[in-house]
Amino acid sequence: MKAGEELPEQTYTVTRADLVRYAGASGDFNPIHWSDRVATSVGLPGVIAHGMFTMALAARALDTWAGGPGRVAELGCKFTKPVVVPDDDTGVEVVVRGTVKNVSDEGVHVSLEVTCGDQKVLGMPRAVLRG
Amino acid sequence: MPVDDSLVGRTFPTTAAYDVSAEKIREFARATGSEYDGGAAPATFPIVVAFGAMTALMEEPGIGIALHRVVHGEQRFTYTRPVVAGDELTATLTVDSLRQIGGADIIGTRTEIVDVHEKQVCTAFATLLHRGDDA
Repeated sequence: MKAGEELPEQTYTVTRADLVRYAGASGDFNPIHWSDRVATSVGLPGVIAHGMFTMALAARALDTWAGGPGRVAELGCKFTKPVVVPDDDTGVEVVVRGTVKNVSDEGVHVSLEVTCGDQKVLGMPRAVLRG
Repeated sequence: MPVDDSLVGRTFPTTAAYDVSAEKIREFARATGSEYDGGAAPATFPIVVAFGAMTALMEEPGIGIALHRVVHGEQRFTYTRPVVAGDELTATLTVDSLRQIGGADIIGTRTEIVDVHEKQVCTAFATLLHRGDDA
């Protein structure tokens, strides 16, 4: 990987079933991630993905770019916009893009962009991959 | 009611050991569509361990945190090494900072995750937004 390199865009489909599965695997059973009734009662448009699920998709893209798991030395983001997941069979698409910012002794610094529709859903997502 | 200022600098009791099994990693990897080749767990897997420590903070009586008012604002991980099956991990959370903005408390936390030899595996930094009654 070289500074300035644009990494291949990754597109992931997220359905309600994915959120249920993630809730079970992560132990985060907050009902805003599976109940429209609770989600709308706190002012959300509907059930939203766990922020950590969206972050996990960013990590998945990093593994793909790095050629396998275990090379992430640092990963961070802000949760800026919710990913609203409809109750249908289609779900929504989350797109992860990455650009290599620089390569140092620490590793490869990658700046990410994670979008759903035309909105960035993570703020300043970035990572360092071990060389 | 704002969160109690004395929270800053406070370290919460270390969580009970979390035994990381290959099946648990596989379940988490499958749930996030990630690859698991028997080696490193997915990068965000340590949240499973950190979550226990964060829950202890949020449920602590007398601090003034109401769980349904908490939003995850920011998350960052730094890794000394990846998590692997067979790890016994514990998490120790410290409250690093507390600010009030527009009726909301912004709580900065740092959770150190170590293995059975007390060697550092990962540090998870989480910012939690606690919305006040009127926010």
